[in-house]
Amino acid sequence: MILPVLLWSDLLIYTLIASVGLFLWQLRKNPQAKKRWSGVFSSKVGMASFIVILFYILISLLDSLHFRESLPRLENSSHQEVAYSSDVKSVLDKVLIRLNSRNESTYSAPFSLHSFAKENMTDANGSVYRDYPRLKNGGSHLNDADERAWDVLWRSLLAIIAGMIIAAIPIGLHRYYLARKKEKGLASNNSIPWHVAYICVTLISIIACWMLSLSEFYHILGTDKVGEDVLYQSIKAIRTGVLIGTLATLVTLPLAIILGISAGYFKGWVDDVVQYIYTTLSSIPGILLIAASVLLIDVYIETHSEQFNLTTLRSDFKFLALCGILGLTSWTGLCRMLRAETLKVSQLDYVQAAHAFGVSHRRVIGKHILPNVTHLILIAIVLDFSMFVLAEAVLSYIGVGVDPDMYSWGNMINAARSELSRDPVVWWSVSAAFILMFTLVLAANLFSDEVRNAFDPNTAKGDA
Amino acid sequence: MKTSQTVLSVKNLHVHAGSLELVKGVSFDIKQGEIFALVGESGSGKSLTSLSIMRLLPEVLTITSGSVVFAQRKLFELTETQMNSVRGKKIAMIFQEPQTSLNPVQTIGVQLQEVLKLHQHIADAGLQEKLVALLQEVGMPDPIARLKWYPHQLSGGQKQRVMIAMALACEPELLVADEPTTALDVTIQRQILELLNNLRKSRNLSVLLITHDMGVVAEMADTVAVMQQGKIIEQADCQTFFANPQHEYSQRLINSLPKSDDFIDACESEPILEVKDLKVWFAKKKGILQRTFGHTKAVDGVSFNVRKGETLAIVGESGSGKTTMGKAILRLNPVHSGSIVFKGKELNGLSHSEFLPHRRDIQVIFQDPFSSMNPRMSVREIIEEGMVSLKVEVSAIKREKIMCALLTRVGLEPDHLDRYPHEFSGGQRQRIAIARALAVKPQLIICDEPTSALDVSIRGQVLELLNELQQETGVSLLFITHDLSIVPHLAHRVAVMKDGVIVEQGTTEQVMTAPVHEYTQALLKAVPALYSR
Amino acid sequence: MLAYIVRRFLYAIPILIGVNVLTFALFFMVNTPDQMARVQLGDKHITQQDINNWKAQRGYDKPLFVNSQKDGLEVVTQTIFFDKSVKLLAFDFGKSDEGRSIGGDIQERMWPSLAVQVPTFIIGIAVNIFFALVIVMFRASLFEFSALTFCVMLLSISSVFYILGGQFFFAKMWNLVPISGYLGGADAIRFLILPIIIGVLAGIGAGTRMYRTIFIEEAGKDYIRTARAKGVSELNLLFKHLLPNGMIPVLTGVVVVIPQLFMGSLLMESFFGIPGLGSYTLDAIQAQDFAVVRAMVFLGSVLYIIGLLLTDISYTLVDPRVKLS
Repeated sequence: MILPVLLWSDLLIYTLIASVGLFLWQLRKNPQAKKRWSGVFSSKVGMASFIVILFYILISLLDSLHFRESLPRLENSSHQEVAYSSDVKSVLDKVLIRLNSRNESTYSAPFSLHSFAKENMTDANGSVYRDYPRLKNGGSHLNDADERAWDVLWRSLLAIIAGMIIAAIPIGLHRYYLARKKEKGLASNNSIPWHVAYICVTLISIIACWMLSLSEFYHILGTDKVGEDVLYQSIKAIRTGVLIGTLATLVTLPLAIILGISAGYFKGWVDDVVQYIYTTLSSIPGILLIAASVLLIDVYIETHSEQFNLTTLRSDFKFLALCGILGLTSWTGLCRMLRAETLKVSQLDYVQAAHAFGVSHRRVIGKHILPNVTHLILIAIVLDFSMFVLAEAVLSYIGVGVDPDMYSWGNMINAARSELSRDPVVWWSVSAAFILMFTLVLAANLFSDEVRNAFDPNTAKGDA
Repeated sequence: MKTSQTVLSVKNLHVHAGSLELVKGVSFDIKQGEIFALVGESGSGKSLTSLSIMRLLPEVLTITSGSVVFAQRKLFELTETQMNSVRGKKIAMIFQEPQTSLNPVQTIGVQLQEVLKLHQHIADAGLQEKLVALLQEVGMPDPIARLKWYPHQLSGGQKQRVMIAMALACEPELLVADEPTTALDVTIQRQILELLNNLRKSRNLSVLLITHDMGVVAEMADTVAVMQQGKIIEQADCQTFFANPQHEYSQRLINSLPKSDDFIDACESEPILEVKDLKVWFAKKKGILQRTFGHTKAVDGVSFNVRKGETLAIVGESGSGKTTMGKAILRLNPVHSGSIVFKGKELNGLSHSEFLPHRRDIQVIFQDPFSSMNPRMSVREIIEEGMVSLKVEVSAIKREKIMCALLTRVGLEPDHLDRYPHEFSGGQRQRIAIARALAVKPQLIICDEPTSALDVSIRGQVLELLNELQQETGVSLLFITHDLSIVPHLAHRVAVMKDGVIVEQGTTEQVMTAPVHEYTQALLKAVPALYSR
Repeated sequence: MLAYIVRRFLYAIPILIGVNVLTFALFFMVNTPDQMARVQLGDKHITQQDINNWKAQRGYDKPLFVNSQKDGLEVVTQTIFFDKSVKLLAFDFGKSDEGRSIGGDIQERMWPSLAVQVPTFIIGIAVNIFFALVIVMFRASLFEFSALTFCVMLLSISSVFYILGGQFFFAKMWNLVPISGYLGGADAIRFLILPIIIGVLAGIGAGTRMYRTIFIEEAGKDYIRTARAKGVSELNLLFKHLLPNGMIPVLTGVVVVIPQLFMGSLLMESFFGIPGLGSYTLDAIQAQDFAVVRAMVFLGSVLYIIGLLLTDISYTLVDPRVKLS
């Protein structure tokens, strides 16, 4: 028996994904938008970065299905109700069950068989000595430490083959779909580099297989101070990163779009008010405003602790508040751009023509202005996404980021400060956070470049 | 006038953009002291040819084969450094857009100096005099003071003069002039052409003149070459060319030039639009509190009327206030004072909603067919928009029928309805714009330079279409233009605007044959000479 | 020109008032001083008396807006709003929750901040412009493509990693400079080198890319073609025509941050232990010292507004086309 738990952030992210899907489906009707998007995906970089982002999003979606497991009924309990664990788990936790249930006592290096710290141990004769103890779970199936290299190599090989086979399934299905489409005589877009997509899918599948299968026997990214697997932490942190990027961006959009477009379109006092608001907001140093607001949230949580009976609920509330604050303090840039662009667009002849036809303001904005400033919004969405992912790390370091109980790259980096000053250095935790974060942000940045190339009228090719 | 000596010889020039061939084997010779006109419409490859000679093509374009021989040197074989000693010194170039062709942050003195310092090692002492002499030669007033000016302080015509002075500074043998007058007002255009002609004579200069304007060609050129789709299709000396054009396309180009003698008779019917003392002023603000201390008088007391079924042409140069006035009648610009009476009803002072019913009576066609249609809307949505919002036709099926009929009438196909504007050429887009205006069955259409962004051969067709539609539907046209030459066979009456006021109005024949105001006379004189032939 | 500047200053007043009201609302209305005291005192077993004492010490015991117990002007002046917010407008920052004079702290701590920020800023711009020019010079080549990709990679790295990496390699592995710390006088240089290098490095990706866009746009303009037609060599073109014109958007774009250099960098100063305004702010955030945070918010927005004004003025200085009115 399980009890599903719907966190607000889960709800939001699924609604968001659904509406993005709906939006894209709507776009199919517009051939120009279709052409632009196929421009994005006909570049190899665009395709590859999209698939990487998609993979991150998939993981975070898996990690956004939460539930509480039922506790085994106590023998002497007379209650009919089932008691549930206070530990909220996600579907991803089930997938990674082998990682998260095999903790050590403290630091250990990647693939290490021994703990990082010496401990007092008793040998067969009963005398006490200090040495690095064997790990409880890392490589515990080996009899001899020398077998490790062969064991890793052998298992890697198997994992790679498995990864390739798994990747072959979706690729094969897709090829079959394309072939069917061709048979039916439907013109398919040949410019899309599917082979890049296949390579990416295969690589991702291999890496995932390799990590999953080896991590059953080793801590492939080591363990942290309390002996938790670093790979598990960094995968769990994906949800935090992806959600903070998407949800905070989601908050900026309505403010920036509504205020920016009305300022540029109606001009006059509306413009004055909007300009006043965003000048005032952007004059306050962003990080201070965020810090101050987060401190206030902390105070709120402390004084209303009865509302947050589960740790997860508390950290989720704080997380959402953080997204809201990040969004509320970062919409001014897009707003300013939209205002300027709207000023420009509303001077164009087609808007003037619409006025001459007596078209209502709402329709002019919806039909003429908004579609012609979408490129700015799109570019801003992707850029803001990577900005927020990076911001999370900095904020967590400053101490005004997500809840310390939540897995996040920021919290991992935060711990790295003391780890890096140890001797020998504990480098794996920070490196893992670095690699995962870098991959996501790089993919988002590359993707935003492609979106800009395809949508920005100043750089768009082949458009009059 | 001509010597037999060849200055420049282009042989079999090919230019590619990727796999696309844009210039397909162009060859011609330019002799010393002649003006060689390369004529063609946009996209014909004429500018690319001139840029190839200078080796100034943008990076995406490459010269794939051919040769250019100038003074026994093969230009394509020179190193970049050697080429730099040819550019500006032996071959100089002036461009279409004087507004942007000068470095905005350097004074014109510095920019002129740069050429001289690069190619002739003149001592600083003689420099100033040389610069002043150059500016004097191109007819710049007060040259000593002007040397310290920045480009933005000069007018368009003056900037083009500076460009010419810069081009002539090192006494080049060949001047490449790429549409040197297209961006200028007609009266200024005439002055610059005269200047070029005089310099050619005084300096025995060869000129490669790139243009789309047959009038300019007729007046200036010694030899004409017509380019179409990357090829020279006809080449002859000027007299022979105009007397006896061989190629069908050349004939069309020449025929696109308006004839002077067939005026439309004025039509006598009751006026539907009466404009009295219309003023469109924009406030100028100043000081700490932004008090209004004066006004920019864009339109300053204009009175005229348009009769039913009549075309009134408003002629004026840029900045004369003609477009502002058109938009004021459409209520796209605020009116300062005056009265606009449409069919006996005063429009000025009506509220937004009171004016709405009149929107369907007065429609507009804009100059730029590319910006006048929302690129994200299909042709159907574009034409339908007015019919829906003005409730001309509520039934979707009937609307569909009307739209199909309209498209057919303006010379397009009904199945074009589901296409998007970018799939059409400029001329076709202007036809869609006409259909859009007609869809709400207006009684007056304000045409704001509807043909000036079009190629000459298309221009005539669009004007013809407007004429026919007027005869069929009896719609009145207020035709705003800077081009006097298209007026005769288009307008019943003409009003000439300058600096926000109408200086002269009357029937087309009156104004064109016996202009009273000196500005009208100047405008008429500036119309290229073929017109008066 | 003068009228313009005066007008801009007048325009700044409502903005500063807005900032003040906003921060006041955040600090005193969303959270009452009572809650603040509770969090500050931390202990679970505090009495109302403790809270009142804490408030009285710091002047938080007055009413928010209207003090009905006083007469005359004091009805308004003897309030938290007047005490803590209106006085900021006169640059009277008051005392921190620990009792130190904030104004004095700021004066003392801005120098180390400037010592890091000014060189980082200047060297950063110079380096970015240099790289951008080099990329523009080799435009439409494989070099450009790889350089730009490299830039994207650089800007995808969190600034925290630059600092951690810099400290790890330069200070720990190679022992070139001290890991952190600060000394006054000439000794400061030893401590400043690493933060400055890292500051410049962290900015290269974004800066170079942005300036390259500006220069590329400038390179496509007609006057560049004119200069080419005059026979100007490629190098002269770059330095005599492209650079002066491209510098207009570059300079006017960075002027707005110049006043804010005073504020220091939160991350840099805390990682390197530099006693500047950045670490001052961070300490205040971590100690939940709202008085200091409020003062820094106000200072930051004043500096931002000065930056905006400087931007406008800088336009007239570098661009002959712009006249303020």
